[in-house]
Amino acid sequence: MINYWPLLGIALVVVGFALRFNPLLVVAVSAIVTGLLGHMPFVKVLATLGHGFNENRYVSVIWIILPVVGLLERYGLQQRARTLIANMRGATTGRLLIVYLGFRQILSAFGLTTVAGHAQTVRPLVAPMAVAAAEKQHGELDEDTAERVKAITAATDNVGLFFGEDVFLAIASILLIQGSLASFGIQLTPFQLSMWAIPTAICAFVIHGTRLLLLDRQLGRRK
Amino acid sequence: MINLLWLYVLAGAVFAGFALGSARDGTNAKRWGNAAFWSLLTLSFWFGDLFSDIGNGILVLALVAIAGTHLLGRGSKESTSDQERELFCERHGNKLFLPALVIPFTAFVGTLLFNYTLLKATGLIDPKAVTLVLLGCGVIIALAISYLWFRPPAPAAVDEGSRLANSIGWAIVLPQMLASLGVIFASAGVGTTIGALVGAIIPSDRVFLAVLVYALGMVVFTMIMGNAFAAFPVMIAAIGIPILIHADGGNPAVIGAVGMLAGFCGTLMTPMAANFNIVPAALLELKSQYAVIRAQVPTAIALLIANIIILYVAGFHL
Repeated sequence: MINYWPLLGIALVVVGFALRFNPLLVVAVSAIVTGLLGHMPFVKVLATLGHGFNENRYVSVIWIILPVVGLLERYGLQQRARTLIANMRGATTGRLLIVYLGFRQILSAFGLTTVAGHAQTVRPLVAPMAVAAAEKQHGELDEDTAERVKAITAATDNVGLFFGEDVFLAIASILLIQGSLASFGIQLTPFQLSMWAIPTAICAFVIHGTRLLLLDRQLGRRK
Repeated sequence: MINLLWLYVLAGAVFAGFALGSARDGTNAKRWGNAAFWSLLTLSFWFGDLFSDIGNGILVLALVAIAGTHLLGRGSKESTSDQERELFCERHGNKLFLPALVIPFTAFVGTLLFNYTLLKATGLIDPKAVTLVLLGCGVIIALAISYLWFRPPAPAAVDEGSRLANSIGWAIVLPQMLASLGVIFASAGVGTTIGALVGAIIPSDRVFLAVLVYALGMVVFTMIMGNAFAAFPVMIAAIGIPILIHADGGNPAVIGAVGMLAGFCGTLMTPMAANFNIVPAALLELKSQYAVIRAQVPTAIALLIANIIILYVAGFHL
């Protein structure tokens, strides 16, 4: 008999996020409830949570970059990024982000996933550039449009990362696929798998690139 | 050998800086909450391996208590005004980009140098942590260059870092918390339960339907767990292997690779993938924490359709 009760923990996360409770609180409560419903004693749940948190510290290492980003912003980095784009003829938000998308996909396809990212490149460089380009196309941006441009910049980084990295042979997800199939007796090389990430990578570039060009048209029209 | 632990020492120091910077900021009414929050993270990074699992668990609950009872705030102290920034920007020109680009450049060139030269054989850096370690080196180099060129007041890096950290707030630890939730989900057997549920509803005689359920299952399960890695082993065991590969004769390389990528479409649409979707909204100071997800949904859905077609055509008809 399968114990379905731990699934209630998932429901808690969904409801908690939807009702906009503090997400850290939602996750902690869900973890404890899921553990208890899965017949783990409270002390074991607490220990598992602590162990998991400690083992996953590498996830938070990226924040060491904040002092540098803050320091450069103090001396006008975002302003400089804007000026650079404002003086560039023919620069539009869509074109800029398409170039960034291509770079991000290619770098990720070579396994260089952490050389760019939201903290490393999006906040200090690409987002201010995208906003500056939008201002050139559109004039002064209202708050909603500025939000949209920034949000799609972050989205472009994600799309470039997700649909570039699997082309690289030694990325964790390819190794996971290889390992999962091998445990069922299906032996494949990482190359056979990463090759099949290429069609999706091309589709991602075309689909997201098209949306970026459509964004350009909208920004141009509302002038 | 330089491994992740070295990086944790550096990260602990940076979080200690955030604690110090927060405590110094008199414009933040909740500054002691912020200082306590970052101090706990410092403890975790420096001494996490010395604490027992229960000790670490209590540390997590303390972090959650601070965030959950709204003891985190942010100051209004502006480091330099917009006019001053324009002036600095005029004066320094494109030189400003250099320290910013030093970090990706060090990580990029360093990784290539390390992996494709004799350096690898020296065992100087743990091969599993090369890019992250080099990223850390890049941060140190960039800080040094910035101090040499711009000659800021000594505590500037601490103040500026904590200004940014406090504007992001609790979202900084959310990705790590979700990873720990994943560990609990696994221990409580959530994955196997969902796999059994999905496996029970699938038809095996209609290939397209099976492909559809496999791809959508990857998406939904990824959205719940916030991570395609958690969804993949479950879906491949429940549907991929027994139905798509064995019963219907699909190409295993396509089923595996494109199935994972269908899951990535789910990652684009869920707040559970906080480091990709919620953190950037905080980092860019957007009004809605779901703004990035909203910007991604159209791409995700179109790409999911493309993946389903690739699965069906390349998996069964090529």
